[in-house]
Amino acid sequence: MGLTREEVLHIARLARVGLSEEDVARFQEQLSEILDHFDVLRQVDTESVPPTSHTLDLQNVTSPDQVRDSSPRKEVLANAPIPEEGFFRVRAVLE
Amino acid sequence: MEEGSLGLHYLTVHEASRLLGQREITSRQLTEAVLERIRQVDGRVRAYVTVTEDVALQQAEEADARLARGDVTPLTGIPVCIKDVICTRGVRTTCSSRILENFVPPYDAHVTERLRAAGAVMVGKSNMDEFAMGSSTENSGFFPTHNPWDLERVPGGSSGGSAAGVAAGECLFALGSDTGGSIRQPASLCGVAGLKPTYGRVSRFGLVAFASSLDQIGPLARDVRDCALAMDFIAGYDPRDSTSAPMEVPDFTAALGGDLAGLRVGVPKEYFPEGMDAGVRQVISEAVGVVEGLGASVDWEVSLPSTGYALACYYIIAPSEASANLARYDGVKYGFSYQEGESMWENMEKTRQHGFGDEVKRRIMLGTYALSAGYYDAYYLKAQKVRTLIRREFDAAFQSCDVLACPVSPTPAFRLGEKVDDPFQMYLSDVCTLPINIAGLPAISVPAGFVLAGGGPEGQRLPVGLQLIGRPFDEATVLRAAYAFQEATEWHKARPPL
Repeated sequence: MGLTREEVLHIARLARVGLSEEDVARFQEQLSEILDHFDVLRQVDTESVPPTSHTLDLQNVTSPDQVRDSSPRKEVLANAPIPEEGFFRVRAVLE
Repeated sequence: MEEGSLGLHYLTVHEASRLLGQREITSRQLTEAVLERIRQVDGRVRAYVTVTEDVALQQAEEADARLARGDVTPLTGIPVCIKDVICTRGVRTTCSSRILENFVPPYDAHVTERLRAAGAVMVGKSNMDEFAMGSSTENSGFFPTHNPWDLERVPGGSSGGSAAGVAAGECLFALGSDTGGSIRQPASLCGVAGLKPTYGRVSRFGLVAFASSLDQIGPLARDVRDCALAMDFIAGYDPRDSTSAPMEVPDFTAALGGDLAGLRVGVPKEYFPEGMDAGVRQVISEAVGVVEGLGASVDWEVSLPSTGYALACYYIIAPSEASANLARYDGVKYGFSYQEGESMWENMEKTRQHGFGDEVKRRIMLGTYALSAGYYDAYYLKAQKVRTLIRREFDAAFQSCDVLACPVSPTPAFRLGEKVDDPFQMYLSDVCTLPINIAGLPAISVPAGFVLAGGGPEGQRLPVGLQLIGRPFDEATVLRAAYAFQEATEWHKARPPL
């Protein structure tokens, strides 16, 4: 049960990770080998077993709806690739 | 001063704390000794991504002022190394990734705040596998770290820099993170103690997220007592982390001491896989024998039947969570940002193509696939159900055992380059540690002996760690057992031939 080249390209597009031709071929092989191993889980009977999303007995953890200071804008923008007038400049989302 | 002949940099935290408190040494002296040690050996070990000399000397001065007026904690003035996956305000935090090569966090992680408040002295940020994905530190986006016991071998990963730094005397203790074994395995391979707390015990606020339901921060040190000391400071509820457990934190150091009479130890059969190194098997058997000699009763027939499914379970869950957590690295708000593309999407894709290393890309893709429409039930949901089974088996074992004992790694440190081209082989390094993260339990690796590289008398001796696993939130018993074992042996006193 290997991945096809198309599947690799599809996953890469979903994950927004650019791949070179060489990468596509290499990952196709490596990911297929790893995915093959996952078939071992088919052997496990999980018929009436509930899923565990995390191991703590915590649900719906909320914080109080209180106004607090936020980080200073200058600090937040300090790592911005292209800061502009207090904003993060990006390429147009809609053409 | 017992350890004087070895140099101040090899003091334990608790011994250094005593000397500082008695004003026999100053934090400035201790910090300078550690910085000098880094200058001497880090060119070969490469434990550090960033050495924070100025910050360290500044903090050492502040620590000396605190010591002078008696405002001290057991960590005041103690040089510590922090894995570069933990945010440190004003100090570059890279996760050993080119995508964050110049990222400077505007805030401290919870654990960083705790260390600052305690007066610890940060000497630097340690190297790691990129975004904590790896078992050898070879996936660092910058350079690999070398095992101080044999520089041609890996220190383990992903907290390889922290483990190597502690082993080489480049800090007195360190913080690492563990998602599938990333504190315990490098601790084992480098001959130091490393503890992964129960999931939820230590706040993840400011820990750059890899797998949110598995990640935990923990201490590495040359002495189990030092791990307990560090836990006294970093553990505890933090409202900023919604997965932080609102549990009382015991005094972890108070638990240490005495023999192990009455302790019920279980040895799970499935943790001794067929391919495991014969020398490692021998070390672990003898180590459990020592534990038995301390008064513990040992059940060698404990079984955790779903152990064989843990690898698949982990390599579905962790990459799935990672694919979501790493979506934020898009070149928009911080980090490396490719600008030469035709469109926003192309910029994003190229940012991630050039910013991430291979292993990170592999895991993001695995996770994206496992969560995608048509595959979610077969992979992610299935893995979560298997996760329940794994946890239930541990719970059943803990009905008749207080602690489980087993290897940390099926082999000692392997050679640099040996497994980089075979990701699946690399994943097998963690078969003994992954299930513990899946179940959310606390576990420690404690130095338990050596094997000879290449099996022969000419080979370099390589460390082997014993893993002790405990019930949820029972770090106290894990630490107590590990400490008793340590005090009955001399392994933790060995130093690498640097």
